[in-house]
Amino acid sequence: MLEIKNLSVSYGAIKALHGVSLSVKPGSIVTLIGSNGAGKSTTLRAVSSLVKVQTGEIVYDGKNIVGLPPHKIVARGLAQVPEGRMVFANLTVQENLMMGAYLQRDTQAIRRDRDFVFGIFPRLQEREKQIAGTLSGGEQQMLAIGRALMSKPKFLMMDEPSLGIAPLLVKTIFEKIVEINRQHGITILLVEQNANLALEISHFGYVLETGRIILQNESAALRADPKVRSAYLGG
Amino acid sequence: MSEFLQQLINGLSLGAIYALIALGYTMVYGVLRFINFAHSDVFMVGAFVGYYAIEKWHLPANSIGGGLLALAMAMAICAALGVLIERFAYRPLRGRSTLSVLITAIGVSLLLQNVAQNRQIGFGPNPKAFPNLFPYSNFHLGALTVSSNQVIVLIVTLVLLAALYFIVNHTRTGTAMRALSFNPTAASLVGINNDFIISFTFALGSSLAAAGGILYALNYPSIDPLMGTLPGLKAFVAAVLGGIGNLPGAAVGGVVLGLVETLVVACGGSTYRDAVAFGVLILILLVRPSGLLGKAEREKV
Repeated sequence: MLEIKNLSVSYGAIKALHGVSLSVKPGSIVTLIGSNGAGKSTTLRAVSSLVKVQTGEIVYDGKNIVGLPPHKIVARGLAQVPEGRMVFANLTVQENLMMGAYLQRDTQAIRRDRDFVFGIFPRLQEREKQIAGTLSGGEQQMLAIGRALMSKPKFLMMDEPSLGIAPLLVKTIFEKIVEINRQHGITILLVEQNANLALEISHFGYVLETGRIILQNESAALRADPKVRSAYLGG
Repeated sequence: MSEFLQQLINGLSLGAIYALIALGYTMVYGVLRFINFAHSDVFMVGAFVGYYAIEKWHLPANSIGGGLLALAMAMAICAALGVLIERFAYRPLRGRSTLSVLITAIGVSLLLQNVAQNRQIGFGPNPKAFPNLFPYSNFHLGALTVSSNQVIVLIVTLVLLAALYFIVNHTRTGTAMRALSFNPTAASLVGINNDFIISFTFALGSSLAAAGGILYALNYPSIDPLMGTLPGLKAFVAAVLGGIGNLPGAAVGGVVLGLVETLVVACGGSTYRDAVAFGVLILILLVRPSGLLGKAEREKV
């Protein structure tokens, strides 16, 4: 479904990605793990066209999407829940969800999608009229995921959904990620520092180190790999 | 007392014009985080379109229909002008430092002024008498005198503010404007075409400036290519006073500034009216730099 081939990205003189290649099969959850600054977020940002791709190809649904503006990529069903959630803190929960549906025109379908999101995150329905900036971190993460779902994605990228969230809520959110994937058939590319959790729910994993893929395998195999265990799973 | 009320009415109609211009500054600041110094010259062009509508394109003067049509034409032409300015002067600098854009804005301002001053392609440097767009009369309420033009200023301003409020708060595009002004990256990730929303913002702000230009010219006898400078700066003060980037703030700031200025004049300080306006700017920057209604915003690093 998504095929990244030999992707390189630089920030000024600093090269962030050195020829990253990875592929995501339809219906799967694939995770990209690695330490801070390894290039995980940069990879997602490149796919969403938020950073300029230097060399390489990003093929989605058989077409190279490099060079398309970000909003055209969303229109193709490729959404991202960005790092740090980035909810519109000045808008209400309801307005945030409506912005998620910005490219949808059918108001009835939008209402159905909203109910679908409320079904996954009932907390958002309780907070519908509230300004998003007043939500807790976990609720904002739910809203960020809900907002991305409103764009009817076929492929969802999530950047550190566990970051800065109470441990109890992290578990809930990961359960929801699995639900979104299993029950609603949305393919997921998950970037996480919490490698344990990420490998637990994913089918396949890539390990990124200083801009290069150093390991790739079935998630279960990665969890058993002594190198991964010592570097990313705390021994 | 009646003297005070009289000044209140005068101040309100001046403040309403400041508010219309200030909204354009604050909207553009909201989406692009820079002060569009060419905005005051869009205001000037608005007034000149009103002039041409009557003098050259032969719309009927002294008529409500003709006046409203001239107003609509000015707003439409300036909306297009605003979009063009953004497209060709500011968009190529997207992602560059704010300072570059700011200097470009000053350049655009000078360009518009100089084109307007040119006799062959512009209006020429000399002031021109502004025609009576609307039928004129004075209403007397006891000791108060209200001119029909003042009434028109207030009504047109209220209608435009209501329309703007509706667009910004209750339409998809308006919500996208607010979303973009909060976080452009997140906006593009939900599928908003940021360039389109920015163009739309310029169209909206410039059309309000054009309306401001016409309304201003109605109450002042003559117009000239440099007429935008002072009201533009005052409206900028109003936008800062209300809290730059904050729409209700710009409206409130405009009205407050108009009232303050008029009251200073009424108290015999007409020599100092401009000094007081800019004194307000210095004061607000010292005491409450985020403005009356603005929230302190941390610069993101």
